[in-house]
Amino acid sequence: MRELTYPFDPGTIIAKKKALRRALLGDGASRLQKKVAVLGGSTTSELIKLLELFLLDAGIEPQFYESEYAQYYQDAMFPPKELLDFEPDLIWLHTSGRNVANWPSIADSPQEVEDKFAAELTKFQGMWQALTERFHCPILQNNFEMPYTRLLGNRDGWDIHGRTHFTRRLNQAFAQYAQEHRDFYINDLDYLSGDFGLLHWADPAYWNLYKYAMVPEAMPACAFSVAHIVKSLYGKNKKALALDLDNTLWGGVVGDDGVDGIEIGQETGVSQSYYEFQNYVKRLKDIGILLTVCSKNDEENALAGLNHPEGALRPDDFIVIKANWENKDRNIAETAQELNILSEAIVFADDNPAERAIVEAQLPGVIAPQMEGVENYMAAIDRGGYFETTTFSEDDRKRGDMYKANLQRAQQQASFGDYAEYLKSLEMRAVIDDFLPVYLGRITQLTNKSNQFNLTTRRYTPSEMEAVYQSPDYIRLYGKLVDKFGDNGVVAVTIGQKLGTVLDIQLWLMSCRVLKRDMELAMLDELVKRCQQAGLTAIRGTYIPTAKNGMVKGLYESFGFSKTGETLDGTTTWELPLEGYMPKCHVIEVVGNLEG
Amino acid sequence: MDGREIFARLNKVFQDVFDDPSIRVTPQTTADDIEDWDSLEHITLISAVEREFRMKFKMGEISSMRNVGEMAGIIQDRAR
Repeated sequence: MRELTYPFDPGTIIAKKKALRRALLGDGASRLQKKVAVLGGSTTSELIKLLELFLLDAGIEPQFYESEYAQYYQDAMFPPKELLDFEPDLIWLHTSGRNVANWPSIADSPQEVEDKFAAELTKFQGMWQALTERFHCPILQNNFEMPYTRLLGNRDGWDIHGRTHFTRRLNQAFAQYAQEHRDFYINDLDYLSGDFGLLHWADPAYWNLYKYAMVPEAMPACAFSVAHIVKSLYGKNKKALALDLDNTLWGGVVGDDGVDGIEIGQETGVSQSYYEFQNYVKRLKDIGILLTVCSKNDEENALAGLNHPEGALRPDDFIVIKANWENKDRNIAETAQELNILSEAIVFADDNPAERAIVEAQLPGVIAPQMEGVENYMAAIDRGGYFETTTFSEDDRKRGDMYKANLQRAQQQASFGDYAEYLKSLEMRAVIDDFLPVYLGRITQLTNKSNQFNLTTRRYTPSEMEAVYQSPDYIRLYGKLVDKFGDNGVVAVTIGQKLGTVLDIQLWLMSCRVLKRDMELAMLDELVKRCQQAGLTAIRGTYIPTAKNGMVKGLYESFGFSKTGETLDGTTTWELPLEGYMPKCHVIEVVGNLEG
Repeated sequence: MDGREIFARLNKVFQDVFDDPSIRVTPQTTADDIEDWDSLEHITLISAVEREFRMKFKMGEISSMRNVGEMAGIIQDRAR
């Protein structure tokens, strides 16, 4: 929704929040349901309403538990029945500098300051530990905004008695806790308030009158930031950035001005701005964002521009280059298809408002940020929060290479008459085995990101996955696939629970980057083998339809399962007796953890 | 800025905040006349009015205003 997309107008959102909510809830979209507990150290009602808007807009329908005013500590340490019954999917601890109880005073000895610091930190760590043990769900914790006043002036920032210095130390300790603990994320109030302007952020009138930790105009930015983290946790983030070229990645039109005529590099302020933007885009690639080109140009000119010696990006930084005279919405739809991602996972960067409008109208879900003036391009992408990174795995770093290898495979496929011959030519080798601790992060990430090849679309938090990993009641398999073009990383996950003599499959997913490689058959073969070893006699599966997983509707049938039930919403249940099962995959060499 | 203009603009703000196009505010309108006008929405309303008229109420004014007429009076004073 335009009103909720960066750069939004906080005033409009606050004034029209009821109408916006009505419009979002009435749009007929199906959304992920999530239960969010907000434990606040200040008034939270307005923030919750704003967070709801941003989450609804991102395809998540939240239900809220809201602590009584400033009861965050009591709720965390001694959860009331209402909170226990609520069973939150995630908890947001909305605290601020107003909640710090142990400020140092100027007369304190260094030891007294240390004691106060320890007391403050221990209070928070105690809450995090208690909440984690009780609820096993992600925790979002605000860090602290810098103090509104500085008693010692600049000295406040470095003297051990300064509140500014004390705040920085607390923030540093919070960050360290986040580095050392899974499922714990910081909502960076320090950055947000700085971005907004600290003087305006913390207007004392709003604290004294309403117990607001920040002014209403700042609340959308705070809620937006929390929404980014939530979106990232539940796989609602964007995966790719499709870029226009002329006047987007360089100044001028390469087809008219020639390679020597475009503005990029260090010569002028304008060319430096384009260089900075190219450099920012290249850093996005480093965190695993897929880059593509979508430009109305002759390919030859596009490549010449991208090969400009002063540019930061090179043609091989892009996985797909669409430089032609087709409509851009069509090019983006094709790009999505080639990458096996949904078009709504693409952000489209183009300086031309008409192109942006067409793409947004033709491809619902694609966001085309407002790119007005090259000096604003970085902020337009960065502040939108499209690529918020909560977990970051080795696979993310290599993702671009993997997609590129995939395209090479597709090109080779075209030269084979027989598909089985083609699959054999890939020389595929898979590791399929029980989970390894080193892969738990990636496995959890897959459960939250995979939408298409996913039979139940069941999401797991890191702590839930840890529980599955530790339990003897499950048969777990992950699959990693390597072929002659490269390593695809961990691409398949299956989790089944042993119920008597039957294995009930609770999760079956596969990354779309290995579609049509018979990897799912290799997973089934291995699953059956392990069930037989465990003395089980049958496997039961469930398909729960969503807007996105139509491709696996017939998967169990294709595996040879028989349908045992169907409900009104289209959920189907399936069963496969294990006696006489014959292995189905003949094109992948499968090994276990030890040989892998 | 005359009283009529202030009330026309106030009316629009009230309609947005309470999401009710049928609202017509008068100088006598109070929180009792509008169903959703509770203490929390009051904050939203105050900040929306401040934005509309590009002015700030003082802390004392916010707690002492008794009806929309007094609110409009403060807005008019501030505009001078």
